[in-house]
Amino acid sequence: MSDKKLTILLADDDPDQIFLVRHHLERWGYTVIAVESREEAERYLESACPDLAILDLMMEEEDSGFILSYRIKQRHPEIPVIISTAVAAETGISFDINSPGSKSWIKADHYLEKGFRMEHLKIVIEKLLT
Amino acid sequence: METLSILVVDDEAGIRSGVKRILSRHTVSFPFMDDDYAFDCREAATGEEALALIDADPPDILLLDNKLPGISGMEVLEIIQQRKLDIIVAMITSYASLEIAVRATDDGAWDFIPKPFTPAELKASIDLITKQFFLRRITRKMKEEGKKIRYQFLSVLSHELKSPLNALEGYLHMMKDRELGEGLKDYDQVLDRSIQRIKGMRSLIMDLLDFTKIRLEKKEDKIEKVNLRERANLALSTITPLAIQRNISVRYSGEDRVYYNADPSDLDIILNNLLSNAVKYNREGGSVDLSVSGKGEEIEIVVRDTGIGMNEEEISQLFKEFVRIRNTRTRGIAGSGLGLSIVSKIAELYGGHIQVKSKPDEGSEFRVILPSS
Repeated sequence: MSDKKLTILLADDDPDQIFLVRHHLERWGYTVIAVESREEAERYLESACPDLAILDLMMEEEDSGFILSYRIKQRHPEIPVIISTAVAAETGISFDINSPGSKSWIKADHYLEKGFRMEHLKIVIEKLLT
Repeated sequence: METLSILVVDDEAGIRSGVKRILSRHTVSFPFMDDDYAFDCREAATGEEALALIDADPPDILLLDNKLPGISGMEVLEIIQQRKLDIIVAMITSYASLEIAVRATDDGAWDFIPKPFTPAELKASIDLITKQFFLRRITRKMKEEGKKIRYQFLSVLSHELKSPLNALEGYLHMMKDRELGEGLKDYDQVLDRSIQRIKGMRSLIMDLLDFTKIRLEKKEDKIEKVNLRERANLALSTITPLAIQRNISVRYSGEDRVYYNADPSDLDIILNNLLSNAVKYNREGGSVDLSVSGKGEEIEIVVRDTGIGMNEEEISQLFKEFVRIRNTRTRGIAGSGLGLSIVSKIAELYGGHIQVKSKPDEGSEFRVILPSS
């Protein structure tokens, strides 16, 4: 990693999740911009551009994360996006963002089910940033 | 026998009457359908005429020629798509304009019938369209009934139960790894948050238990003459700690002597839910007013708040199970999305109902009316 600190946008409406993830990200040497809604994230993105984004799926809407991811990719296709959510397999929704069908509409690089281990997140981020 | 309505749009009178003649004697049955389908045809010679008929009474199936004297078939298709009308559209096109047919199917037409067609070809197309109609209806029904509820139920359970577990797990890992230091004091915030999340989870579980309870039915043997002022006092003292925390004044302005024949725990659930919503969705320094009164044959429980309020659309969503109003103002407020649907179910159990008035940023008023039993 270069000397310049990389910035990660963290969007999640669960303050505890923000606290936990932010703590680890900062420990790993990233600058963290934390927002609690899609709206707030979009305001931030108007004037700035992170090096990577971690987005909660369910914020104001059930699919805020997808919308946000789509917007980010529209303007900055090169920025890696991770979508995380606590809602998944039980609802019959599973996202396999590597299948061509999902790839056409889910504009994200990685999908994490909440409850993920921080070490796992670290590996994913490092892989996406190289 | 079920009859599907078909609208045939073609400028050639011969085609219209031909289609009508063929389909009037045609029925469709598939082994997986409960019922056979017959057809009732109406006709239109222009796109404009077709749109007027669609406005008056939308057909199930539209057979649409593209080449029409006024607006084209493609334009009619576009308007149908824009208005999101639930009509299965098949384009009638000559072989020469297959390109249009392909474009039309891209634009939402379900099929195309190449012209000229034999009666057998028309019938074969109609059979497929009918099958499509049937499947579409079944899918929609499944989605509306089972799946939607299942989805909402599970997404609430996932989100509201797993989120606190994830947070707790994360915090415990932090402590285990001594992320914030060696002393217990370094973890005060983490411990406070953990306790908060456990409380939230407990209240969701309580809601779920209430919900399954009322799913059964009114317990006749639990019915007694209840002093509502007493239940109100109990509910007020339950909510007071949260109200103090949020600097919200809560008062009672109803009658002192109101009695009602009910299972007291049902009344507690109504009062507790309405009061906790009024405090939760309030603003710092706001107030909540509870009143219970007897009005001739019925009693009224009214809870008013000076909270964030709701718009019309939000109000219409309010009583659906597991639906929580999600917007920036309700962010960070914990809830199961069950409270109000529980309240309204209990009210119904007693033959009553619930009314709501609300204005964004001004507050809400919930009124539960129960007829005397």
